Amino acid sequence: MMTALLTNWRNLKRNPYAVWLGFALIGTALVLLPFVTDAALGRSWVRILDHTLLYIMLALGLNIVVGFAGLLDLGYVAFFAVGAYLYALLASPHFGLHLPFWTLLPLGALVACMFGVLLGAPTLRLRGDYLAIVTLGFGEIIRIFLNNLNTPINITNGPQGINMIDPIMLGEFSLSRTHQVLGITFSSVHNYYYLFLLLTLLVIFISIRLENSRIGRAWVAVREDEVAAQAMGINTRNVKLLAFAMGASFGGVSGGLFAGFQGFVSPESFHLMESIMILCMVVLGGMGHIPGVILGAVLLSMLPEALRYIGPLEEALFGRVIVDPADLRMLLFGLAMVLVMLLRPAGLWPSPVRQREFTRHD
Amino acid sequence: MNLLEARGLKVSYGGINAVKGIDLEIHEGELVALIGANGAGKSTTLRALVGLEPPAGGAIHYQGHSIIRQPTHQLIRKGLVLVPEGRGIFGRLTVEENLHMGAYCRSNAKEIKADVQRVYARFSLLQERCRQAAGTLSGGEQQMLAIGRALMSRPRLLLLDEPSMGLAPLMVQKIFETIRAISAEGVAILLVEQNAKLALETSHRGYVLESGLITLHDEARALLNNQKVRHAYLGE
Repeated sequence: MMTALLTNWRNLKRNPYAVWLGFALIGTALVLLPFVTDAALGRSWVRILDHTLLYIMLALGLNIVVGFAGLLDLGYVAFFAVGAYLYALLASPHFGLHLPFWTLLPLGALVACMFGVLLGAPTLRLRGDYLAIVTLGFGEIIRIFLNNLNTPINITNGPQGINMIDPIMLGEFSLSRTHQVLGITFSSVHNYYYLFLLLTLLVIFISIRLENSRIGRAWVAVREDEVAAQAMGINTRNVKLLAFAMGASFGGVSGGLFAGFQGFVSPESFHLMESIMILCMVVLGGMGHIPGVILGAVLLSMLPEALRYIGPLEEALFGRVIVDPADLRMLLFGLAMVLVMLLRPAGLWPSPVRQREFTRHD
Repeated sequence: MNLLEARGLKVSYGGINAVKGIDLEIHEGELVALIGANGAGKSTTLRALVGLEPPAGGAIHYQGHSIIRQPTHQLIRKGLVLVPEGRGIFGRLTVEENLHMGAYCRSNAKEIKADVQRVYARFSLLQERCRQAAGTLSGGEQQMLAIGRALMSRPRLLLLDEPSMGLAPLMVQKIFETIRAISAEGVAILLVEQNAKLALETSHRGYVLESGLITLHDEARALLNNQKVRHAYLGE
């Protein structure tokens, strides 16, 4: 039964019409998703969708560093912070600068990219645990800088963060306003959803192209065995720097979008816990496997939100709140992660290469 | 002209002088053995020759040009290829993916494909296992894969670091047959071995390395009959 289904599935994948039909169906679903969500779960869930898309971009960026190149990075949120603060500083009353979105987007990618190289260059000789510790430090340094760069010259406005950031404008079209198009109402969260979706698809596309490129193969070689990779003629230094730079640029883009969407940034949003969370998305979904990483990002960004219903559920079941829902929420979240890693050590949807490792001795 | 020539090569390894000024040369198409005890500096010498270890002094010339401080990845493009100790195969990649990694510096897809077939013709076992993860191969098969993968970069000078290490006697014979065959095709080989007898029987010339210095250097046959070598390395 299972094999029959699998062969059918493989045949389907070979049929170009079926593939296009599949794309069309997924595309339609993605376009309709915010409206369905709005109707079924309410506006707040559309906002959660927006955040999920940002997390997908972040997870795919970290996946390049951790999944493809095998460099454990525990400070990835620093690049998200760099992107967010760059947008905030250049498009807010803080400095009185109001650069357009189309300048800020590539600029955010570029500056984050430079920070990626800044982190990568001194850590080239490190691997595994040591690299993890240095990257962790890097992430904290960036956050502490953001927290303290309000004296002697006020650059980041310190712990108060930067307020009243310009919303993202596509020409005259402000994403933070409600628009009527063809009699359909697009609220702010809807507008952002479509922009984020577009950029997420772009990030997915770039990720796939990178994975199947010469650079992608070089990353695999570096991940599997660095000396052997050198012996293959791979310039491991450049290849590793490129992984840091590419991964960081995704983080920078995501950060810029976050700043424009929220209208407010503060160092609070860029804690170590965020880095860990993004890493969990990558690992839990399936390191180095793009569909797996997307799945991981979707699940881990939505699950904590879904678990907010525990409070009301307890009341409905027992008539009162027995366990503090905030505590229980994180407990269940942790439990879910432990279970997944026990039952599917290679991740929920692992890449064929990683799967091999875990089935080698069976 | 010498294909590779090292003069007064010195390598320090964390404060210890592992190689203390050695002279070494390999001619075009030659098979040269570098023998010596554990810790004599054999592997360090190889690593220095391909640029994995920065030399502390001396000169290295390859095809008449100095290659000191040239990075490994550039030397491979010139045909100077190392098969590292412990084989260094990519365990989670398939046999075929490993072979393609060997051709990383090349771009002609057609030629690469033909070369993969050539490696399969040489090692039919690898063809049978082409979709298998390389880590699941036996030690001997992994060594074959490592050599096959090195051939994918079309070497002119192949540096083999202990190819017989940890292999069953039958497999060792097979690997050495392969080494002879590759040498017969005109590829120069520098063979680092602990199995001195087999290495000298296979090679044209040999060097004996003792605690970082070359103490003997002669035709391989002469070394096999040398009283000192017989005593120290052939266990007689």
